[in-house]
Amino acid sequence: MEIKETSLINLHKSHGAKLVEFAGYSMPIQYQDGILNEHKFTRANCGVFDVSHMGQLFINGGDDLTKDLEKIFPIDLQSLKKNQSKYSFLMNDNGGIYDDLIITKINKGYLIILNAACKNNDFKIIKEKLNGKYQLELRENLSLIALQGPGAKNVLEKVISEIDDLRFMHGGDFKFNNLDIYITRSGYTGEDGFEISIPNEIAEKFTKALLDNGSKLIGLGARDTLRLEAGLCLYGNDINIETTPIEANLKWAISKKRIDDKYPGSEIIKKQIQSGVKKLRVGIKPDTKVIARANTKIFSENNKEIGKVTSGTFGPSVDHPISMGYVENDYSSLNTKIFLEIRGKKVSANICKLPFYQKNYVKEI
Amino acid sequence: MSEVKFSKEHEWIKLEGDVATIGITKHATEMLGDIVFAELPEKGSNVEKDGTAGVVESTKAASDVYTPVSGEVVDTNQAIVDDPAKINQDPEGSAWFFKLKMKDMSEMNSLMNKDEYDKFAKESGS
Repeated sequence: MEIKETSLINLHKSHGAKLVEFAGYSMPIQYQDGILNEHKFTRANCGVFDVSHMGQLFINGGDDLTKDLEKIFPIDLQSLKKNQSKYSFLMNDNGGIYDDLIITKINKGYLIILNAACKNNDFKIIKEKLNGKYQLELRENLSLIALQGPGAKNVLEKVISEIDDLRFMHGGDFKFNNLDIYITRSGYTGEDGFEISIPNEIAEKFTKALLDNGSKLIGLGARDTLRLEAGLCLYGNDINIETTPIEANLKWAISKKRIDDKYPGSEIIKKQIQSGVKKLRVGIKPDTKVIARANTKIFSENNKEIGKVTSGTFGPSVDHPISMGYVENDYSSLNTKIFLEIRGKKVSANICKLPFYQKNYVKEI
Repeated sequence: MSEVKFSKEHEWIKLEGDVATIGITKHATEMLGDIVFAELPEKGSNVEKDGTAGVVESTKAASDVYTPVSGEVVDTNQAIVDDPAKINQDPEGSAWFFKLKMKDMSEMNSLMNKDEYDKFAKESGS
């Protein structure tokens, strides 16, 4: 299969990106500064991420569409205001997660942001469930640029005026170069920031303007360390078709109002909310500097295998190794002592609070 | 005059008398990216040519460190364990990994000299 490129490929190359294949796209894993510096720059200033590989699914429709989408997603879309976003899941009948996504109510219907590796399958599933009643489009002619960090608002205001009243998990229509763009205040780093959906033909010009105003390009490597510090799940690692949102400790994303309703997986979700789960996603901090990466086996103090790590790295801002993983429910409470099997040795660690790094979202204006 | 040689696993080895100082090459650190963790062999332990003798981890992945020659570990560099970033800063100098008392000096013969290694590194990649 041919490897796709985003509209920023030339910009990546001119900034010394190390390109890797990710979900069928040639994407920058890091630039010349390296992952540690890119991570720290984002937390202290403002980073620009090309996330154009992600799916931008537009579905046109009115109140009927809202009702039909509620048969697919476990959220209260009827109360969702125009230009408001919510985190949700596409699930199978067992509550297993096909994808995690952000759904935003827009003028003509809904915009759903999907993971790159899942987007084509998601499109097929959603289209089938909507039964040909609505127009669905996975837009390839749009890029998606994330601007993240405490300086994000200042940088964006120099390029786009009047973003002042945009709150966290809200969006709005703006113009750049006389073309329509859509901006939401959201992200995947634990910092304040924005995600900008923009026509491919002006994406490079727009990104250059962001760079000229004090931000830097940041690769997928730092995106991963940033999201892990913020305790956010990576689809394919921390959640997948074998895990439910309740097991993933994402119960907050299931609308309370929808618990008795019917949607794929609803019976299992309701049962797990009421009677608990066997395994639970937790934060893990090793006692030493050793890193427990995905698939590291987890043991109890009595040497019983109780789970495994799903993501792990060195957290540059917490200055310590950090991991997430699933353990049997009995071992999931904070400060439980556990052991990680790393290169044949058992290394002590503790179940700890998520996120590892305090999030800095702007919820009130 | 001390002699510096290189292995296909991207280690360098500097011989002074029968004591070899071993570290990883600049090329290796460039491939690894920012190093955030280092584990070294225990002092007094014996390591065998081409066996694992430590680990380095970057933000991206873990990689084994191999020893290009056999011998007894007589010293290790605690400074790189305390501050692994030193490995990126001065990989072929102050950020050495461990010192071995060599058992079989002829093991040096199969290793590459600087020109051969540079060529090998260029061809082997990214």
